[in-house]
Amino acid sequence: MSRDITISVLKFNPRDEDSKPEFVEYNLKETPGMTLFIALTKIREEIDADLSFDFVCRAGICGSCGMVVNGVPTLACRTLIENYPDGKLQLIPMPAFELIKDLSVNTGKWMDNMSTKVESWIVSNDEVDITKIEEKMDPDTADAVFELDRCIECGICVASCATALMRPDFVGPAGLNRIARFSIDPRDKRTDDDFYELIGDDNGIFGCMSLLSCEDHCPKHLPLQNKIAYLRRKLVSVK
Amino acid sequence: MSDLIEGYIGKTTNGKKSRIPAKLDYIQSLTGGFLAIFMWGHMMMVSSILVSKDFMYYVTKFLEGSFIIDGGSPLMVSIFVFIVFVIFVVHAALGMRKLPSNFKQYQVLKAHTKSIQHQDTQLWGYQAFTGFVMFFLGSIHLYIIMTNSADIGPYASADRVWSEWMWPLYIALLLAVEFHGTIGLYRLCIKWGWFDGKDPQATRKRLKKVKWALTGFFLTLGFAALIVYMKIGMEHADKVGEKYVPTSMIKEAK
Repeated sequence: MSRDITISVLKFNPRDEDSKPEFVEYNLKETPGMTLFIALTKIREEIDADLSFDFVCRAGICGSCGMVVNGVPTLACRTLIENYPDGKLQLIPMPAFELIKDLSVNTGKWMDNMSTKVESWIVSNDEVDITKIEEKMDPDTADAVFELDRCIECGICVASCATALMRPDFVGPAGLNRIARFSIDPRDKRTDDDFYELIGDDNGIFGCMSLLSCEDHCPKHLPLQNKIAYLRRKLVSVK
Repeated sequence: MSDLIEGYIGKTTNGKKSRIPAKLDYIQSLTGGFLAIFMWGHMMMVSSILVSKDFMYYVTKFLEGSFIIDGGSPLMVSIFVFIVFVIFVVHAALGMRKLPSNFKQYQVLKAHTKSIQHQDTQLWGYQAFTGFVMFFLGSIHLYIIMTNSADIGPYASADRVWSEWMWPLYIALLLAVEFHGTIGLYRLCIKWGWFDGKDPQATRKRLKKVKWALTGFFLTLGFAALIVYMKIGMEHADKVGEKYVPTSMIKEAK
């Protein structure tokens, strides 16, 4: 038997002068295996066509549908309604990001800014000959790089991080993960000195307070605890 | 001149980013680690009263350097407390960098901590609050001990606790120190990745268990000792100022 569920959404359109932030409740019937994404789609199709939220892949790959569910930042597409025994879900847009409308936030703008700050690309003066096969990488090193490359830029780590919320210039766990990723990539010729120039301050590695909410809420289970500690040890000893 | 350049331009005279943030982070950890470990030792010494008044007396004399100077000298305690006080102030100054520094930051931190219900975030909230409390309570305690180092002993300490009305301060300070210190040590281990091993998450769970065990142990020890000092102080209230004479000296005198 399907149960009744209540989804309460913080609705607000910062571009509409008449809009005031308020919680709007939607009542609907739960269907078997219903995810929050399915529930929100149903609300938009059947109850409130004005409700805004983001999605693309519906499979936890694109990182578009991050939102705060009952206080916890998570992906809507990977959130099963059955995991909420009282059938009540309160949704608010992820903090730290520019609010577009309702549950839709501009994570792209934040990530782009962070990528520029941490120079999130391979830096090398080696000439690349695209007619030749790429140089081989040690499989273990490649695995370590790919492990950190699994970040989908959903922004959940940022919305979970008290430091990032208090200090908007902080590069966040996603930014630190990016540096950790390039620091182990042998194609990147940057030294610890160069990485220090990017994150060697309170907006970078020394701003992190090790609250580990990032690690605990990352939907891809990235090893943020370990990698942030690794970066701290590495950069604190830079002369 | 280099300070002026670094201060205004944000770069060292070599054109590099300042190395000071790294040093500050390191010194914050170092001073915090020292103070937390010191508090373990301090609590063991304080709780010597649970064994006997004589034992506490000899521990006090030992810390006054009775093994070097005959009868010990309180000056040694004053010097040591001064060093601890300096480390305490340095740690407080560095810790302040992490506290919310304006209302907006405080507001978002409060909303976030309440909303996310994440234990390590809450623990940091306790750490920040207890740190703030200790700015005042810790300073009072350290200054009094530094300037009255001769008044440490089974009766002198008990009189201070009871007759000089320090027990309310000590209750608050004990809670603040034990929470702040054990959470701080746990965070130090996580922050620098000590003991991470092959499974950092499992290590973290174990570290948190150890952290709670230590909090419980030192709080129990601290409150037990405080109750004993209060009891002695209560019984000794009509003879405030009288110093304790160990049993062996009374026997010798006889």
